[in-house]
Amino acid sequence: MARIGIFLCHCGTNIAGVVNISQVREAVKDIPQVVLVEESKYMCSEMGQGGIREAIEKNKLDRVIISACSPRMHENTFRKTVADAGLNPYLLEIANVREQDSWVHADDKEAATEKAIALTRTAVAKALLNQPLTPKRVGLTKRALVIGGGIAGIQAALDIANAGHPVVLVEREPTIGGRMAQLDKTFPTLDCSSCILTPRMVEANQHPNITIFTYSEVMSVSGFVGNFKVQIRQKARHVDSVKCTGCGICWQKCPDLVPSEFDTGLGGRKIIYVPFAQAIPNVPVIDMPNCRYVKHLEAAKEGKKLPPCRICEKLCPTGAIDWEQEDQVLTEDFGAIVVATGFKPFDYGRYTEFGAGKYPDVIGLLQLERLLSASGPTNGELKRPSDGAHPKTVVFLSCIGSRDERMGKPYCSKVCCMVMAKQAILLKDHDPEIQPYVFYIDVRAGGKDYEEFYQRSQREQGVLWLRGRVSKLYQDNGKVIVMGEDSLMGRPVEIAADLVVMATGMEANDGAVDLAQTLHISYDTHGFMVEAHPKLRPLETNTDGIFLAGTVSGPRDIPETVAQGSGVAAKVLGLFSKDELATDPTVAYVDAMRCTGCFLCAEVCPYGAIDKEPSRDGRLLAKVNESLCKGCGLCVAGCRGNCINLRGFTNQQVIEEIMALCR
Amino acid sequence: MSLDYEPRIIGFLCNWCAFAGADLAGTTRTGYPSNIRIIRVPCSGRVDPLLILKAYQQGADAVLIAGCHPGDCHYVQGNYFARRRFALLRQFLDYLGIEKERLRLEWVSASEGRKFARLVKEMTEEVSRLGPRKDTVRRPVKVATE
Repeated sequence: MARIGIFLCHCGTNIAGVVNISQVREAVKDIPQVVLVEESKYMCSEMGQGGIREAIEKNKLDRVIISACSPRMHENTFRKTVADAGLNPYLLEIANVREQDSWVHADDKEAATEKAIALTRTAVAKALLNQPLTPKRVGLTKRALVIGGGIAGIQAALDIANAGHPVVLVEREPTIGGRMAQLDKTFPTLDCSSCILTPRMVEANQHPNITIFTYSEVMSVSGFVGNFKVQIRQKARHVDSVKCTGCGICWQKCPDLVPSEFDTGLGGRKIIYVPFAQAIPNVPVIDMPNCRYVKHLEAAKEGKKLPPCRICEKLCPTGAIDWEQEDQVLTEDFGAIVVATGFKPFDYGRYTEFGAGKYPDVIGLLQLERLLSASGPTNGELKRPSDGAHPKTVVFLSCIGSRDERMGKPYCSKVCCMVMAKQAILLKDHDPEIQPYVFYIDVRAGGKDYEEFYQRSQREQGVLWLRGRVSKLYQDNGKVIVMGEDSLMGRPVEIAADLVVMATGMEANDGAVDLAQTLHISYDTHGFMVEAHPKLRPLETNTDGIFLAGTVSGPRDIPETVAQGSGVAAKVLGLFSKDELATDPTVAYVDAMRCTGCFLCAEVCPYGAIDKEPSRDGRLLAKVNESLCKGCGLCVAGCRGNCINLRGFTNQQVIEEIMALCR
Repeated sequence: MSLDYEPRIIGFLCNWCAFAGADLAGTTRTGYPSNIRIIRVPCSGRVDPLLILKAYQQGADAVLIAGCHPGDCHYVQGNYFARRRFALLRQFLDYLGIEKERLRLEWVSASEGRKFARLVKEMTEEVSRLGPRKDTVRRPVKVATE
């Protein structure tokens, strides 16, 4: 006979306001083997947990049911609670009566109460078959992988490295620095962006504990927390980074120019190039498809003749150009992975009413950032793209690819209002004759000194903020005509602008979904990665040992991104402070008496966790390798003879749950 | 006489996506009919067809299996196995005298609380329209007369 204790949590009014707790108590108290039903206003509070511990000890409980919030919320909390009272933590079962009952059935209290009873009963039925389980202990590699070399990744890498652990920083572009390197100034302090970023980049580069792989991508990830195995592809730069001194002769003499990605297409870069002057590492890459020598080789194959060029090779004083270099695949071990792959600006070309990206004087935020920057394509002289004239009337359009259901982007990108305020101020700074207009829906200036900054743009700098949307843009006689509405004055507005700036929102970065799938972590409909809990675990994912920092999980400004970088480092260091980790004991096991050795289980196992072991009569039978098994249960559903089962989710347990729920 | 029929739906939800999605529906207070009863499983690929049949045998009016979107499975490929098994079992339901609408496999990510709520609503409406199971029903049907 089991001795079951049921603990009903009120969760303040979250549960008790909908579910009639005393009715639940009445319904479950007479279930066979239930010896105790207790209530608490907050079961997770110290008092609530103390009550559970006391009840276990006093009543010699050997099964505990907690009817409360989702097990995804507090399963670990309560497992610890029962373990403190000397009970095996896997004898605990949680009935999810908050997230999956009281919160969704608040309009029908009777049905919610009935459901709470059913869920609690079901937990009892399942718990009766729970077995005490003991986690195994495994070692861990105290080495972190940071994916993404923007400010979030750099911050995380520095903080982990400063605590004494080796870090590998992987960046797919030829340099670290990320989006922040493209910015001119930052709000609300108007700090020069690269002046505050590049010292961090240099620090990361010179740190003895940090290894930087630029122009590299993560190909595959296997293993589990503490013991990840990651394949990293280092793309061929065609420049030997050991020999190269970064003298710059090659990119000065390279004869061809193509639009620069770093300057958002506004300026040009050479074929052998570093993205910007302070790039780290200061080793160029050769853009092979555009290279004259590569074109020469391809033409030669077709029997045509093109000049071979190879000027970079001829002029390089150290002989660093290497045409034969190939992509390299490295396999490395890590204990933790930080994902900090950032965002990309929304493509405003999707707005056909605003010229579908075809009007040269309609640009995005990031383009204006480059035009304002002293290191930009115009060396900081504000010239509009079409004719190089100095614009005098500049119009900003807010919420481009933000708060727009039509574009499938219902979310607010959070920073664009402040970026517009900043850029409008910078425009005035460049040329006091410029009149900036800003069309906005709402101004969102939530942040330290942000509201003051926005007010300053209005009061001191004379930026005109017009509440309303723009319906159309068209080109007329060297101007872009903006047809909008001032909804506060209730009248249409028409402005002949020299330059129009689209306040482009943040979108999930290219390849974000692929990376999430490689890492087996969740992402939302917009491609932003999903946190383990939006409020309480914003830096963790549902996969232990994989963490998120910065705009990879949603729009954020720089201070928040940096804070997340440091936060994630704290999470990684917490993990690395242990010498061994407990593995989840809810793994599969084989009933050797029934196993026929068909190995269907091995075929479906994604982890190769099924070993073949000879039995006494020499037949090969399945055996689960517990350190590889992750407890998915595919083998259990795959087995024909019910010979393999999953601890914590056995067939019999699920059947008991079904029976209890169908009553 | 009107038939006050409250279908009972058993939902097998994978821990990583669908169960988290259902939790999110709660966190965001997105209501849905109370007809669904959720069983947490590690992966949609853990759901043995026999478990689904067990639910029908026990009188469930419909069964929902919900897992991660294709490509997103926490266990690499579990949802693909779930999809194949579902396709086979669905063919078999006719033979059992159970309408195909009484079994659904859906992809619900951890961020799709609204989708989950919509699904449950849809399914409840559909099964209510179908009425009680026409094969042997063990569970007595609640019938109210006015």
